[in-house]
Amino acid sequence: MRVLMFGWEFPPMASGGLGTACYGLTKGLKNQGAEVIFVMPRVSKDVTSSHVELISAYDTNVKRSMREKIDEIIEIDSPLTPYMSNEEYLERKNSLSSMHMSEEEIEHSRSDASNKIYGRDLYSEVWRYRQKSMLIALRKDYDIIHCHDWMTYGAGIEAKKISGKPLVVHIHATEFDRTGNNPNQYVYDLEREGFHAADIILAVSNLTRNTVIERYGVDPSKVITVHNAVEQKDSSMLEHKLPNKTKVVLFLGRITIQKGPDWFLYAAKKVLEHDPNVTFVVAGSGDMENFMMRKAAELGMSKNFLFAGFLKGDDIDRAYKMADLYVMPSISEPFGITPLESMRNGTPVLMSKQSGVSEVVRHCLKADFWDVNDMANKIISVLEHAPLHSMLVAEGAQEVKRFTWDTPAKKCVDAYEKALASCRK
Amino acid sequence: MVAICFYFQVHQPFRMRNYHVFDIGKDSNYFDEQKNKEIMEKVARKCYLPTTRLLLSMVREHKGKFRCSFSITGTALEQFERYSPEVISIFRELAETGCVEFLSETYHHSLSFLFSKKEFHEQVDMHRKKIEWLFGVTPKVFRNTELIFNNELAIELEKMGYKGVLAEGADQVLDWRSPNYLYKSVSAGIPLLLKNYKLSDDIAFRFSNPEWKEHPLTVPKYVHWLNQVNGAGEVVNLFMDYETFGEHQWEDKGIFQFLEHLPREFLKNHDNSFMTPSEVISSFPIRGELDIHHPVSWADVERDLSAWRGNPIQEAALKHLYEVEDSVKMSNDEKLISDWRKLTTSDHFYYMCTKWFNDGDVHKYFNPYDSPYDSFIAFMNVLKDMEHRININVDSTISQDKLENDNEVDKTMMVNEVS
Repeated sequence: MRVLMFGWEFPPMASGGLGTACYGLTKGLKNQGAEVIFVMPRVSKDVTSSHVELISAYDTNVKRSMREKIDEIIEIDSPLTPYMSNEEYLERKNSLSSMHMSEEEIEHSRSDASNKIYGRDLYSEVWRYRQKSMLIALRKDYDIIHCHDWMTYGAGIEAKKISGKPLVVHIHATEFDRTGNNPNQYVYDLEREGFHAADIILAVSNLTRNTVIERYGVDPSKVITVHNAVEQKDSSMLEHKLPNKTKVVLFLGRITIQKGPDWFLYAAKKVLEHDPNVTFVVAGSGDMENFMMRKAAELGMSKNFLFAGFLKGDDIDRAYKMADLYVMPSISEPFGITPLESMRNGTPVLMSKQSGVSEVVRHCLKADFWDVNDMANKIISVLEHAPLHSMLVAEGAQEVKRFTWDTPAKKCVDAYEKALASCRK
Repeated sequence: MVAICFYFQVHQPFRMRNYHVFDIGKDSNYFDEQKNKEIMEKVARKCYLPTTRLLLSMVREHKGKFRCSFSITGTALEQFERYSPEVISIFRELAETGCVEFLSETYHHSLSFLFSKKEFHEQVDMHRKKIEWLFGVTPKVFRNTELIFNNELAIELEKMGYKGVLAEGADQVLDWRSPNYLYKSVSAGIPLLLKNYKLSDDIAFRFSNPEWKEHPLTVPKYVHWLNQVNGAGEVVNLFMDYETFGEHQWEDKGIFQFLEHLPREFLKNHDNSFMTPSEVISSFPIRGELDIHHPVSWADVERDLSAWRGNPIQEAALKHLYEVEDSVKMSNDEKLISDWRKLTTSDHFYYMCTKWFNDGDVHKYFNPYDSPYDSFIAFMNVLKDMEHRININVDSTISQDKLENDNEVDKTMMVNEVS
């Protein structure tokens, strides 16, 4: 079976759940005997030639490891990254152009090179990506089309039109999840278009499946839940110890409304009233980063808060390892792979009940993200009761071994077959 | 001839509310009164009231030939008194017929035998007094919490003067032997009645399971199985939770009709009879000796202690609970002691069990918490608050002493002045 997949760059180049899921899933699909032609947006070398270090690391290591998993990689020159906002898009585009410009040219950056190549805003870039992908869909030979989240749905729809092959769309996060229920109409419409054009929809949790059915008016019979998994790797050799003796509670993820960083702050405030010797580490970046710093100071917690910035690669594993507890207070988390990563690193997890991962993980603590008292109660309990902590560590490490990518990959293959069968009818 | 010995366990714990770390030192109401009331009222309506009324009519119908036994925990009795006193009056009526035996156990359905002999004796005494006061009878036969039994318990019970004890007829204990005789442990002479788990669980667990190949279970079929014991045993011990009737097996599945018809069919054979545990002990000889070193129980497939002592959080909670026993009792604070005792109920540790993550879901059905970890957290927070109360008591005792000493000084001074 040949799969034309419209996905996203793999870690460590890309951060976040979507690239990680694409990586794990393609690896699992390979084990299931499927061939994958992987199409992804990536800024072409010519435009970012000053990114020497990044590019070389990418080309030598990552690409090689990608090649091992994927039969063919096709890059479409585009600065798109998963879940970027229009503002983030403009920022990235401008920073790309500034790299091969003199100081004076930056002053007049409106007429720069990248503006000629890339779309003037996010939406026109997504449209451009859709058009570009048609060429690939025309030239390649494949049995099924599989695409990941809204920016790639257009590409998938066009490929289906061109080839007549069945379309499987994978939903990792809906616009409702990302925006805290304030969807952008353009994005919503594109998601809806993708869902209705699809033969099968794969949702990363029952929570997401329900959202798809209820908010996008989709026939339930074509929506299948495929819970994510986590890469099974051993990072036990990593150096990670902090010199100080205070307990560490970790937030790791995009610092944006969907991830509930503000609820982390309010729970921290409660914890510190009970025990002032706790350090809260916030790892990640995002639009609420400044708010977090300001608010932590406002609540008198500056000395208990550490902002680690954006982490990648081994540093992510190190962050989990130095923590006594990882908290994922997301207000709406379609799945959430990070708790599994934390468990793999031997760190207990407190996750919001409003997450897909909470449907499948048992050896962890769960709370409603808005129930600050309960969140704090559970944070304090893990830090205070050694048997609770050690049991969550031991049982969690065992449990996470069940979540290999072979399981979701197997379900994908089943879904492909179902889609092919229904198209043949 | 075959005798059936029915024993029904009646128990309700005082469930705790989701007690937070922020409640410590501020709020010492640990128990979820609303939930306990609701559950008691529901189970009384579905099981306790209709089943006890039915048993009463069966005793009358068979003019003393239908007999059975109960063990009712103190925590259940207290909640009957509080939320459903009618249940107590029907049990009284049943007691007055003389066809029903009440067994002895720990008042709080606790694991105290395994952790504190002192507390074990105190709870057994409390329970005996409660049964005497409510039903006017003194229990002579013992059953330990969840049928937990080992050689050591036999010795202890013999010293306490019990006539007999009930236990699980677990495979690891009986091996090739039949549960349908009276046994004793190698350690003491006290007679041992062993549960016939196959025939008991046919009613208690499998009765309305459509997947079971014997479903539906009819009275003639069941009585046929019982009659087969004839010649290969003397007594069939049918031990089960009382909540089997109407709560675990529903009325619309015919469980009440089954119970009602059972004696009619069974007593058709005039050699058959129903006996209470005391009657079994006085009617049959001890046929064998069993060496039960490791405790057995009637819980789960393992039939050991792993439902309550199977993981580190259960052990930590139990250890901590019994560590504070002495200081709780020395406080002489009645309310504190009573609260502490309610925590000894085995259910609290059952809620912390993580075995069911891998297999059956029986535990989840009975668990008022979302997760075993949540129940541990609430339990430990409550213990923390108790320690806080103990310290307050200690402080106030010290200041009391100090006050009295100061008074002494004053008096001496006065005496001096007078002289």
